[in-house]
Amino acid sequence: MPEKTKTSMFTLPSDREIASSRVLDAPPDLVYKAYTDPDAIAQWWGPSRYTTTVDKLELRPGGAWRFIQRAEDGGEHIFSGVFRDVVPSKRLVFTFNYEAIPGHEAVQTVAIEAVEGGKTKVSDNMLFSNREDRDGMLQSGMEEGALESQERLVALLEKLKAPRR
Amino acid sequence: MTALTALAEPHRLLIVELLRNGPRPVGEIADKLQLNQPQVSKHLRVLTDAGVVEVHPIAQQRIYSLRPQAFREIDDWLEPYRRLMDDRYNRLNDYLRRAQAKEKRHARKN
Repeated sequence: MPEKTKTSMFTLPSDREIASSRVLDAPPDLVYKAYTDPDAIAQWWGPSRYTTTVDKLELRPGGAWRFIQRAEDGGEHIFSGVFRDVVPSKRLVFTFNYEAIPGHEAVQTVAIEAVEGGKTKVSDNMLFSNREDRDGMLQSGMEEGALESQERLVALLEKLKAPRR
Repeated sequence: MTALTALAEPHRLLIVELLRNGPRPVGEIADKLQLNQPQVSKHLRVLTDAGVVEVHPIAQQRIYSLRPQAFREIDDWLEPYRRLMDDRYNRLNDYLRRAQAKEKRHARKN
């Protein structure tokens, strides 16, 4: 069965990770370009209410990246990190920081693979130092208690949402 | 206490998983989970207060069942991240379509 586009998949592979994936209507080399070309990044990476500027993009292991999101009212959100692995049209691994809240670095892996119909599946995995950082990202500012057995709970939720029998 | 906090306790999560199969009286829940009845009653009280389960007295028994509304609430917990990434993937896909349309136009001109 061909994988559906328009549907993103979300999982919590461990208590320090968030993963998502999506099938896109383009070949792998174009998807890779969308992630690595500054003009392309400006067109999709940030929410549309922000203007995204690529300040740095040194596409090699050890190279720095830095994106600036500017709101109309002048508010700024800056994200930055260092590339760890760069494999054209296949994989990008880099550290991820939100500069306003330093000390909570995550490692992000973007994997790109061809799927049938000339489409591409992109998988995005963020590995945090601990569960608190991961949950902080999940909530992006929303307050909720720390949760034990969270992975089981999420799996349970999926079952509860599915129609019975 | 919110539903999410109530479910953070592993025994309470087990009770909820058991109740997925249908309503149960306290005694049966205690048997199945091999816990003592006062312990289970305590957990059920917390779950009831948090709105996760509800109780119906039938004859001499108190029957516990899940309250689906509580689970919609927890599902909302994951929603901010889901929305953030969904929006981003949608913008990426839109960009990719535009880029390909542009490539085609250039190809026709040449």
